[in-house]
Amino acid sequence: MAGLELLSDQGYRLDGRKATELRKVQARMGVFAQADGSAYLEQGNTKALAVVYGPHEMRGSRSRTLHDRAVINCQYSMATFSTAERKRRPHGDRKSTEMSLHLKQTFEAAVMTQLYPRSQIDIYVKILQSDGGNYSVCVNAATLAVIDAGIPMRDYVCACTVGFVDETPLADLCYAEESGGVSSLALALLPRGGQIALLQMDARLHQDHLETLIEAAMTACKGVSKVLDQVVRQHLEEVSMLTGE
Amino acid sequence: MATVKVSEAEKVYILHGIRDDLRVDGRGCEDYRHVEIETDVVSNTDGSAKVTLGYTAVLVGIKADIGKPKPMVPNEGYLEFFVDCSANATPEFEGRGGEELGTELSNTLYKVFNNKHSVDLKSLCISAGEHCWVLYVDVLLLQCDGNLYDAISIAIKAALFNTKIPRVHISADEEGGKEIELSDDPYDCMRLDVENVPCIVTLCKVGHRHVVDVTLQEKACSVASLIISVTHKGTITCTRKVGGGSLDPESIFEMTEAGKRVGKALHAPLMALLQQEESLGKKRQKVGFLG
Repeated sequence: MAGLELLSDQGYRLDGRKATELRKVQARMGVFAQADGSAYLEQGNTKALAVVYGPHEMRGSRSRTLHDRAVINCQYSMATFSTAERKRRPHGDRKSTEMSLHLKQTFEAAVMTQLYPRSQIDIYVKILQSDGGNYSVCVNAATLAVIDAGIPMRDYVCACTVGFVDETPLADLCYAEESGGVSSLALALLPRGGQIALLQMDARLHQDHLETLIEAAMTACKGVSKVLDQVVRQHLEEVSMLTGE
Repeated sequence: MATVKVSEAEKVYILHGIRDDLRVDGRGCEDYRHVEIETDVVSNTDGSAKVTLGYTAVLVGIKADIGKPKPMVPNEGYLEFFVDCSANATPEFEGRGGEELGTELSNTLYKVFNNKHSVDLKSLCISAGEHCWVLYVDVLLLQCDGNLYDAISIAIKAALFNTKIPRVHISADEEGGKEIELSDDPYDCMRLDVENVPCIVTLCKVGHRHVVDVTLQEKACSVASLIISVTHKGTITCTRKVGGGSLDPESIFEMTEAGKRVGKALHAPLMALLQQEESLGKKRQKVGFLG
């Protein structure tokens, strides 16, 4: 393990959280007026903006049209000032392209695309400040944006990154933990049915631990889903108050 | 959206309104929309600001980095600009769609801000000919509803005001080599003098009048526009005609005068606001995108 002690003997992590504790999640829906749906989500120091356009007619090449469902088009990008070291390009590098693909797969599993044949739904996510767990924050923000756009989904999609240190699973990794050589796993969950929309692990882990890690990730995702549900309910309450219904 | 389609009847309505100095949203020809400014919104930058002007929203982040001075001016630092027209603003910008507009905007920003009259570039020098501060000014377009230049310039001025550059100590070792040490104390920092930083005013010729802060609908009715960068004293530092269409010299002169007047009036409230926000210090509640 790298020089930093990621989990103290007393069971506290670098930022003072317990092993299963999530970072503070704050979110707001309907940030922008021009887009069909938008949301801003902060998870600790990671901040993401998600915008949804559509469902609309296919743009660009019509050859991608699917006759039985909608095409989901995702773009992940990071603000050039979002990381500690300045980035040269906001998107188009290999990592962002991969991330876009993962987002696309996640939302194809969750959005009821069969309701909108021959159309397209655009989901654009931007990381404004990056402090670990970028994928999961993007998924959570995009979920809120899709809900804000009024596009039907099977369930909320909630994502969380978990790591494994000293035989203990750590929920919602921050950058210091992510870069500290922890084997991390990103998981997107449709909490009600317990369906996994995306599972990704790039590091080594003993097979015996996988089950505990997935279990921990699912618990964390359910925690996130509670927060998101609260945000949606509060937003609806505010909106219905304003429209006087 | 970067452009909108406006029907002939709507155009006539907008044109007639502007002729009578009454615009669709009730403003006069030289009025700005509601502006919201917040500084220090992204904590891993050295300075940042978020500005919304009507529905136009921009976020500016400034990062200071140590670089090598340009050989022509060894005792000055410099600024680098990058405008990211993100797909968040409009789906047209997806992929490489926003690059053209981004380059056009950043080239203008170089002309307006990267000179010693706007920013005190000498204060960015660390050791002449060897090291200087480079300020990477990254502009992020989040929503477009016309008048990008003005919104961006206000955001840049606010972000430059907010920028805190760590102080450096240069120590020489025995062999004559220099070593740069950054201060550990986050409060031991250098601030930039933004007094002479200009703001850009865009004037559009709609019918026979010159309109400030146009919305996309109004822009669709305009022939051509002129951007003017004005300092707080009313000095013009840069003018440029943008977009298609042509202007006659007389209206350029009139537009310059109007731009000077509007630009001069823009600086005082902006600075007052920034200073007020600064004076609140840690007591200020950060709103960001959550408000």
